[in-house]
Amino acid sequence: MTDTKTRKGTGKPEVLKPYGVSAELALELMQEMLLYRRFEEKAEEAYAIGKIGGFCHLHIGQEGACAGTLKALREDDYVISAYREHTLAIAKGVTPNAVMAELYGRIGGASGGKGGSMHIFGTHVRFMGGHGIVGAQVPLATGFAWKIKYRAEDSVAVCFMGDAAVNQGAFHESLNMASVWELPVIFVVENNQYGMGTAFDRVSTTDMQQKSAAHGVPATSVDGQDVLATYALFRELVQEVRDGAGPKFVNLETYRFRGHSMSDPVSGTYRPTEEVERRKKEDDPIVVLRDKLFAGGLLDQAGLQEMDATARKIASEAADFAENSPVPGPENLYRNVWAEVNPHGRLFFDGRRRD
Amino acid sequence: MAVMTYREALNQALREEMRRDPDVFLMGEEVAEYDGAYKVSKGLLGEFGPQRVVDSPISELGFAGLGVGAAMVGLRPVIEFMTFNFAHLALDQILNNATKLHYMSDGQFDIPIVFRGPTGAALQLAAQHSQACETYYSHAPGCKVVTPGTPADAKGLLKAAIRDDDPVIFMEGELLYNMKGEVPDDEDFVIPLGVADLKREGSDVSIITHGKMIHVALAAASKLQKDGVEADVLDLRTIRPLDMDAILATVAKTNRVVYLEEGWPYAGTGAQIVSMIQEEAFDHLDAPILRVTQADIPMPYAKNLEMLAKPSAELVVEACNKVLYR
Repeated sequence: MTDTKTRKGTGKPEVLKPYGVSAELALELMQEMLLYRRFEEKAEEAYAIGKIGGFCHLHIGQEGACAGTLKALREDDYVISAYREHTLAIAKGVTPNAVMAELYGRIGGASGGKGGSMHIFGTHVRFMGGHGIVGAQVPLATGFAWKIKYRAEDSVAVCFMGDAAVNQGAFHESLNMASVWELPVIFVVENNQYGMGTAFDRVSTTDMQQKSAAHGVPATSVDGQDVLATYALFRELVQEVRDGAGPKFVNLETYRFRGHSMSDPVSGTYRPTEEVERRKKEDDPIVVLRDKLFAGGLLDQAGLQEMDATARKIASEAADFAENSPVPGPENLYRNVWAEVNPHGRLFFDGRRRD
Repeated sequence: MAVMTYREALNQALREEMRRDPDVFLMGEEVAEYDGAYKVSKGLLGEFGPQRVVDSPISELGFAGLGVGAAMVGLRPVIEFMTFNFAHLALDQILNNATKLHYMSDGQFDIPIVFRGPTGAALQLAAQHSQACETYYSHAPGCKVVTPGTPADAKGLLKAAIRDDDPVIFMEGELLYNMKGEVPDDEDFVIPLGVADLKREGSDVSIITHGKMIHVALAAASKLQKDGVEADVLDLRTIRPLDMDAILATVAKTNRVVYLEEGWPYAGTGAQIVSMIQEEAFDHLDAPILRVTQADIPMPYAKNLEMLAKPSAELVVEACNKVLYR
């Protein structure tokens, strides 16, 4: 991750002025979003030919939410998410190679092949997963924030979740505790409007923006398809939380261009094809930023193509790395079930050989 | 050695471990200002302050998960459930997060957390407050399950649980809190997890059990003694890790086994142990192994029915006589 300090002092053309963002930073965000898009497309391709198994939830369409938020964080800030997390892991500093190898179930994967698409971890860069139960990561993030306060540190915990998670008890219990104890955590709903195939307004009579009100946690909404607006908001919020303002809640309005997972339809009875097509045309976060950069004279088609080539190359190399990484050997089967194997007593009961 | 109650022994273990390691904190309902629903945490708020002895909202799922998160980043939480009946609300955090994150991340996180509180039936609290919960947890690889039955075991095992790097389910007993016994004063008195304890020696029949049922087993052994039968009473103390060597030793000695547990029979701890004994010590057995458990029903409220539902010394004596073909 780039130190925010180095980004200042560069030129701020008119088009970027409202966001207080430098040209250099805007171009970085573009490069990152292109990588996330191409990476997920590569995963999609690999899934289609059976290289990736199980569930696989793509982030395509939501790159602005990912890039804009993570750009505002420091290396020692914690990030946790649900299962649509491949690109969040990359944004926090897990290498694309390690993420792709995890999708392939290989030893070189971020979790040694034991987690898969939904369980990518990178403690070394404080990327805390990768969680498969809707809303269950929210108390964990609250625990990271508890530790930050307990040890009087100044990092921040950022907890991503989908819109469906706000109907879970874990969400409300966590916001209440974070508020009571004034914990340094930002709860971010990547509100793509559909919990799998259920539109949010079918399962909630109140707006997303209101969901944190009962707990006294201030809420902000932002257009997550506008990466610059997202970054600008988080730059501010993260600083406030770092300075001791207590928890925040963000309704990050976005849209998923693919099905819920690779095994689900993109559209159908739950959302019309026309809606998806319209949003792809009007609300693609990459196109939104591209248009701004073109208009400001900060990027041209050739430059964009060059950036895209870089993104494609990294994604392609990640797939090659994954392909060449060995599968985890059987010696890994019983490894890391326990952190501490006690000197006495039996821990495994299956009667199988474990040597 | 000092004589103290089971409650005081737990309190002393918490106090010593909190003094020893500033990363240890206690969180739960009523643990701080109220001194604990069962007074296990009495006086800890005064010594360690509100940051380390924390009254939580009634949000078992939430504060169990907060504890798991804190453990992922290096703290050593002790999460108190007022009773394990309420931990059902937190099962997702315990079973899906605490027990699996070490494995799913291929060892990137240790989860050094203790979930503790009373389990099993007290007196006339009816079905929702009278459940022995250990098998829900011992079923899952990734956590350790500890069930101390005496004050000394309570202290030594709680200290080991807090120092262990894995999630530990530490199950106490409401009816044990006032029980007195001798407890070593030594601050380094730690009982390793996975070591059973022979609470009584005999060569005619083995009663294997854990938790507060050791007292029922010992009462049964006294009755049997009057009939000239000497029972070995083996207290497992921890269900996972399990001291299989001690189990096999008592089986080899007496060749006859009764397993006693407070919970239900179906897929209970006894079912597992019976299975292992027949796999590993079949030739030592002179009779089928019998189990004494709670009646296979939700616990009734009426006192007479509750007494009929609970495992009793009489039922244990009857089972022992059966395996002795008396």
